[in-house]
Amino acid sequence: MLVFNLLLHNSSTPVLQSLRDDQAQRSPRDFLGSLLENTSPVSPTNFILRRLFHAVPLLVCVIVFNFTLIHLAPGDPIQALVGEFPAPEAYVAEMRRAFGLDQPLYVQLLLYLKNVLTGDLGFSFYYRQPVASVILDRVPATLQLMVPALIFSAIVGVLLGILAARKPYSISDNAISAFSLFGYCVPAFWLGQMLMVIFSIELGWLPSQGIKTVGADLDGWSSFFDRITHLLLPFAALAIRHLAVNARMMRSSMLEVAFEDFVMVARAKGLAEKDVTARHMVPNALMPVVTIIGVDVSFLFTGSVLVETVFGWPGIGRLMYESIVKRDYPVLMGNFLITTALVVAVNLIVDLVYLWLDPRVKYKK
Amino acid sequence: MPSPQLWRQFKRNRAAAISLYFVIALILAAIFASELSPYDPFALGDGALLAPQSDHWMGTDDLGRDTLSRVIHGTRVPLLVGFLATATSLLLGILIGSASGYFGGLTDVILMRVTEYVLVVPRFFLALLVVAMLGTGIMKIVLVIGILGWPEIARVVRAQFLSFREREFVLAARAIGASHAKVIFKEILPNAIPPAVVVASILVARAILLEAGLSFLGLGDPNLVSWGSLLSEAQERISASVWLAIFPGMAISLLVLCVNLFGDGINDVLNPKLRKK
Repeated sequence: MLVFNLLLHNSSTPVLQSLRDDQAQRSPRDFLGSLLENTSPVSPTNFILRRLFHAVPLLVCVIVFNFTLIHLAPGDPIQALVGEFPAPEAYVAEMRRAFGLDQPLYVQLLLYLKNVLTGDLGFSFYYRQPVASVILDRVPATLQLMVPALIFSAIVGVLLGILAARKPYSISDNAISAFSLFGYCVPAFWLGQMLMVIFSIELGWLPSQGIKTVGADLDGWSSFFDRITHLLLPFAALAIRHLAVNARMMRSSMLEVAFEDFVMVARAKGLAEKDVTARHMVPNALMPVVTIIGVDVSFLFTGSVLVETVFGWPGIGRLMYESIVKRDYPVLMGNFLITTALVVAVNLIVDLVYLWLDPRVKYKK
Repeated sequence: MPSPQLWRQFKRNRAAAISLYFVIALILAAIFASELSPYDPFALGDGALLAPQSDHWMGTDDLGRDTLSRVIHGTRVPLLVGFLATATSLLLGILIGSASGYFGGLTDVILMRVTEYVLVVPRFFLALLVVAMLGTGIMKIVLVIGILGWPEIARVVRAQFLSFREREFVLAARAIGASHAKVIFKEILPNAIPPAVVVASILVARAILLEAGLSFLGLGDPNLVSWGSLLSEAQERISASVWLAIFPGMAISLLVLCVNLFGDGINDVLNPKLRKK
C-alpha cells in the first residue's frame, strides 16, 4: 500500500514540476506584476493588445519556417508549393512567377510573405480549392470536438482534484490518482481504438466513424442527438488525458495551499470546512491550473490529429492526415500556420479567464 | 554521478525501482529481439488473422506475421527514438539555457523569446510537417523530436544559471581569471545537470508517445517495425481482429508509465528541495 501511495501521490513529480515551471514562466502574472507596479488597475484592452502584439512575430516566424521547408524539401521547390500532383503546366508557370522562383532568395521570401499575409495559402490540387478555404471548412468540426473536451476536462478535472485533496490517501483519492496516472500514460489514439472496440463494435451503443449519420435526413432534436452520439467517443478519447493532467495538478495545488497561513486563519476564525475550501482554498489553488490549461491547448491539437484519424472526424486533424497521405504540401503548411494562430487565440482566451479569476486584478470600469 | 548512496535512496521508491528494471528488460529485449522472437517479424506465415493461441501468443496479422515477434521487434524504435531524441534535446537545451542564463541581456531576451515560440507552436503539427516534407528516416525522426524538446531543458538550465551566476564560488572563479567557457562548464553547469535530467525523463516519455503518433499516421521509418505502425495497421481491421491493437497499445502505455515512474524516482533523489524533507 505504501508503494501504491508513493506511486500515486508524489506531489512533486517531474511532470507537475515542469508544468509548474511553465506556469511560472508563462503566466500573465509576471506581466501583470510589472504592470501593477506602474499603473495599478490593468485595462484588459491593453492586455489583449499586448498579447496580440507578441503573437505577430510568432506567426511571421511560422511563415518563414514554411518557406525554409519549401527550399529544404528534396526536389524542386515547385513540388512543395503545388504538392505531388500532375498540375497543369500553365499553373506551374503561374506559381513560378507568383513566388518569384527565378529571383534571388530574399525576393522569394518577401513574395511568399506577401502572398501568405494577403490570405493566399496556395491551391490544393487534391481538393481543387484554395488551401485557406479547405482548412477553414474543417475548423468548425475540430472546435466542436475540442472546445467541449477543453471545458469538460477543465471543470471535471478541477472537481476531481478538489475531491482527491479533501481526504488524501483515502479510497476516493487513490482511485482518482490511479485514474490520472492511467490517463497520463495511455496514448490518446489507442484509447480511442479501445473505446471504439468496446462501445461501438462489441456493445453497438455508439457509432464509430464520422460526425453524423451519412444520408440520414434528420432535423431538430434528432439531428442534435445524432451528432452527440457521434461526438461521445472521440470526445472521451481526447478529454481523458487532459482530465488526468488537470486533476493531478489541482490535487497537488490544493494540498500546497492547505498549509498556507490564510487557510489556518480561516479555520481559526471558525469557518465551516466547506467554506474554507470553497472560498479560501479553491480560488487560490485554481490559478496554476488555469495556466496549465492554456499550455495544454497545443497538446490538445496533437490529440485531435490522432483521435480525428481514428474516428474519421472531418476536422483539421484528419485533414492533416489526409494531406500527408496525398502529399498535399500546401495544405500541410497552411494547416500548421492556421493551427498556430488558433493555439495563440485559445491561449489568449485562457489568459483572459486567468485575469478574470485573479483576485488581485481589478478592471477600470 | 550515481553513488551507492544515491542508489539506496532511489531504491526506496519501489515503483521507480521496478520501473527501472522493466525498462532495462525492454532494452535487453530490443537488443536481443531476433533471439527472443519465436518467428521472423517479416516472414509470411500460413495462417492470416489468427486469434491469440498457443502457437501465436498475440495472434497474427493479415499477412500471417506473428504479432508477438513484431511487438518484440517494435521495442527498438520507441527506445531508440526516446533516448536519442532526448539526448539531442539535452545537448541543445543545455547550450541554449547556459548561454541565456549566463550572458543575460539581449542574448537572453532573444533566446527566451524563441523558446517561448517553440513552446506555443503546436509541435506535433510541426513534426508531422517536417517529416512529411523531408522524409521519414529514423534519424530524421530522432532529430525532429529532439529539436522540438529543447525549450523545456533550456528553461530549467537557465533558471539554475540565474540563481548560481552571482554565488561566491562563481565570483571567485571569475576573480582568478577563469574564462567564460570554464566558468560555464566547470563551475555552474554541474549544478544545472540534476534538474535537467529530471525534465529529460519526462521528455523520454513524450518522445515515445510522439514517435508512436508519427508512426500511427504513417510517418514512421518504413523499414522498421514500431508499436505505432502496428497500431496503424490494426486500425483497418480493428472490428474483426482486436488483438492486433491491444498488445502494441499496452506495450506503449506500459513503457510510458515506467519511464514516468522512473522519472519520479530520479526526481526524489536529485531534487534538493525534496531531499531536505
